Amino acid sequence: MNLFTHLVPALLAQSQAFTAPTGSEYIRILPEIVLSLFGMIVMVVDPLLDEDRSHKSLGAIALIGTLAALASTYLMALDPGTAFWNMVRVEQFSVFFHVLIIAISGVVILASYEYMAVQRIRAGEYYGLILFGTVGMCLMSSAIELVLIFIALEISSISTYILAGFRRREASSAESSLKYFLLGSFATAFFLYGVAMMFGATGSTSIDTIARSLASGNVPILAYVATALMFIGLGFKVASAPFHVWTPDVYEGAPAPIVGLMSTGPKAAAFAVLLRVLFEINAPGRLWLLWVSAALSMTLGNLGALVQDNIKRLLAYSSIAHAGYLLMAFAATPEFGVSPAMFYTVAYAATNVGAFAIVSHFANAGEKYVTLEDYGGLGKRYPALAATLTFFLISLLGIPITGGFFAKFYVFSAALQSNLVWLTIIGVINSAVAAYYYLRVIVMMYMREPRGEVPCPPVPLATWLAVAACLLATLYLGVLPGRVLNYATRAGAQMIHGSDTGWTSYRAIASRVPPSEP
Amino acid sequence: MLDHHILTLVTFAPLAGALLLLVFPRRDRDIRIFSLVISLLTFVISLHLPVYLKRPLYVPTSRFHYEVYFQWISTPNIHYHMGVDGISVWLIVLTTFLTPLCVLISWTSIHERVKEFFILLLILETALIGVFTSLDLFLFYFFWEATLIPMALLIGMYGHGRRVYAAVKFFLYTMVASVFMLAAIIWLYAKTGSFDFVIIQNAIRAGTVPNFVGAAQWLFLGFFIAFAVKVPLFPLHTWLPDAHVEAPTAGSVLLAGVLLKMGTYGMLRFNLGLFPDQARANAPWIIVLALIGIIYGALVSLVQPNMKKLIAYSSVSHLGFVVLGIFSFNPAGLDGALFVMLAHGVATGGLFMLAGLLYERRHTYEISDFGGLATPMPMYAASFLFIVLASVGLPMLNGFIGEFLVLSGAFQARPIYGILAATGVIWSACYLLWMYQRVFFGKVKHDVNNTLPDLNAREKAALWPAAAMALLMGVAPILWLSSIDPAVQSALKPFADLAAKVVGQ
Repeated sequence: MNLFTHLVPALLAQSQAFTAPTGSEYIRILPEIVLSLFGMIVMVVDPLLDEDRSHKSLGAIALIGTLAALASTYLMALDPGTAFWNMVRVEQFSVFFHVLIIAISGVVILASYEYMAVQRIRAGEYYGLILFGTVGMCLMSSAIELVLIFIALEISSISTYILAGFRRREASSAESSLKYFLLGSFATAFFLYGVAMMFGATGSTSIDTIARSLASGNVPILAYVATALMFIGLGFKVASAPFHVWTPDVYEGAPAPIVGLMSTGPKAAAFAVLLRVLFEINAPGRLWLLWVSAALSMTLGNLGALVQDNIKRLLAYSSIAHAGYLLMAFAATPEFGVSPAMFYTVAYAATNVGAFAIVSHFANAGEKYVTLEDYGGLGKRYPALAATLTFFLISLLGIPITGGFFAKFYVFSAALQSNLVWLTIIGVINSAVAAYYYLRVIVMMYMREPRGEVPCPPVPLATWLAVAACLLATLYLGVLPGRVLNYATRAGAQMIHGSDTGWTSYRAIASRVPPSEP
Repeated sequence: MLDHHILTLVTFAPLAGALLLLVFPRRDRDIRIFSLVISLLTFVISLHLPVYLKRPLYVPTSRFHYEVYFQWISTPNIHYHMGVDGISVWLIVLTTFLTPLCVLISWTSIHERVKEFFILLLILETALIGVFTSLDLFLFYFFWEATLIPMALLIGMYGHGRRVYAAVKFFLYTMVASVFMLAAIIWLYAKTGSFDFVIIQNAIRAGTVPNFVGAAQWLFLGFFIAFAVKVPLFPLHTWLPDAHVEAPTAGSVLLAGVLLKMGTYGMLRFNLGLFPDQARANAPWIIVLALIGIIYGALVSLVQPNMKKLIAYSSVSHLGFVVLGIFSFNPAGLDGALFVMLAHGVATGGLFMLAGLLYERRHTYEISDFGGLATPMPMYAASFLFIVLASVGLPMLNGFIGEFLVLSGAFQARPIYGILAATGVIWSACYLLWMYQRVFFGKVKHDVNNTLPDLNAREKAALWPAAAMALLMGVAPILWLSSIDPAVQSALKPFADLAAKVVGQ
């Protein structure tokens, strides 16, 4: 009797909850579907084509895939809401990161065109994996269920592990792949452990439920541990100190265009997850965690970069430093922190993908020419490309008329508005230190004589397109940052409060008292 | 109508020229002519600014002329706010006046990567003008930093000798110092919600900025250190001789003529304008540093064997006068400081051009390599003498007016300041005239110097406007001072109020 009166209604209720997803719910993961389809097409077509000439057509398919995914992102954005039993949520925030991540992949595919031919790499799996990795990254930005986030994280990570080892003939590439894989798996295990703890603390893995549970005032000690563990996993992905040690070796060995992807795409996705986990959940104890990690990343990254002679390692350390600047925004209060963090991700991606596109071109067969010495006199031999690289370096350095300047500026303002004076001072000193090593590259290009034996092949159209896209994006963000920032502000407000009327301007909330520095 | 757009036009005309140059074919002659035309055009347009400065303001409550004001970025609240007053207007004209001369002086001396050179020069001009027109702190910082890259590249790509070292040193010194200013600017924004100079100034005067009292000294220092490196104030001057000696002539001219003035302009506009109390409190040690700079710069000049280094150190000395004038807080001192800024721009710009011409002929700046040049190059010698006398401060030429005003201002502040600074005037006569004697008088010591050609038409066209300007500023300073003085008076108003308050107590 009891069985019927209690169990049947419960089962009925459950079966109602598990209704089949509607059509519009599929629309809400349309970009992921499109990318997976195109990834499969690339894999299927690959054996049918002549190996020597396949990279061009496969690249074209992959590129069309990203364009189609961008178009489907537009469709997805028209119909916001949750899907698949509250596991995915489409909102301005996820649309923002979808566009960013897919655009990164598109540009990286363009930049890989020439690289594939020069390095004689078989293209099929390469482009396929880029697309599959993109699926994972996109899903990370729209998932609101920690387990789904974990799965998406794995999809993106596994693809990048393999991509890092694509220069099969080079020992350094195998080392890169293996190192990335071993340490990365270790880090994701931490993340998963954190998820489990969070479940233990709140009884749920859904971000909404966790947020409600923690907001009710009952914050068990387990939630602090969970936050710390999840941060370890994600901190590894974004290469923030003290989880950064893998970065230089992995970046040095991996194919240059892939480094462009690795240093921006998975990072952007991991930052999106961090934003959700830290701000939407309002994770306890995050201030200290991020304060220390931000300060360490900036300092260690910049100090490490000072002594590098290999451009890929230099940019690897620089990416650690940039993760540090970005984490400053995470240490700020959410009202101030979210939109600068989102803006920074975009600006950094535009700059870094472009820089690596140029590095891939200069590297030449077997990536022989990646030391600073090899960059001597490039200003004379490639005036336009060298000027563009200079522009990207200036953006990384944070000098006006570049996106990097506004990004840094917003982040520093956010930190100051949140009364993180010391962290800002550390950041300011760091960005002065950084001037030295970026300048070294510029000095090499313009003020040294070219080295005779470094070949200078012509720049193909695809590379130009990739570089031009990044250049325009960096310039646009540096001259008219308003639109992107406003979008980010609205999206951030919507993500945290569920509506974008939460805080439309900084002034409205300036009266609120931010927490004081630890 | 023109009044509404004139500042935008003046600021961005050179940049437009640079962008056009970008798509120019690499025919060096055309590029040079085009750059000359653009820079002359900018100069002519910029004359509009002082000529119509007396017109009534169309925003009656404002102190600034030709204001442009619209929103550039909404979050954060950044406005495209430009405007000039008697302080900045002449610095803009100085910039636009010197740039065509720089183009002329680089006509043949730059023969490699010509296109890049003129693009960088024109971008630099835009950034320099922008620094003087901006009334939004953000915009100001934007242009301030934007001067760095073109200048560093000009030094590093077209300089001589240890040019890379000099360029990197220049870049790092100024970059590191200006991040402190950035921190101060962001702090002000965080507390006031605005980058607007006028709004922030009003908020500070009204005392509505939270926590201002505790932070004011740090903010003052944040701004001051950025400006002091640029000026350069002793002991932050060590980048200057290196940068000057290795820079190409045009780079030196703009560096000494305008870039250094960014620092003193900044002190006047921001350190005095935003933090009058702190400026007063810090004045003693700043003046001491300025005095050390005046005397030390002069003494070091005296012993330089290298002509360009001598002129570079003389800049340290002259800019010391400017800082002294600014921190005397009286109209004579400030008028004088501004006048020295302009006069130094013209005269030292001229000296660097002259040194550059000699370098083109002999590829050396060593004074001992010359001697008796007056015989083979009479016209050159005459022009040189004229500019040297202007720089020394001979009455009737421009150097005299400014230094006289600064000295009288310094005497009013405290006689010992005036006395010590006055020795600087004597020293400057010593080192410049002694250098002149060693280079031009006596017998020709090295035979090669006998065959050196005298000035040609292009070189005269570059030099004589500077000489004519030196004369005009010397005989009719009222043309300049009549617009400088009202602006200075209004800049000093908070100090007068402060003094009245002290007396009242």
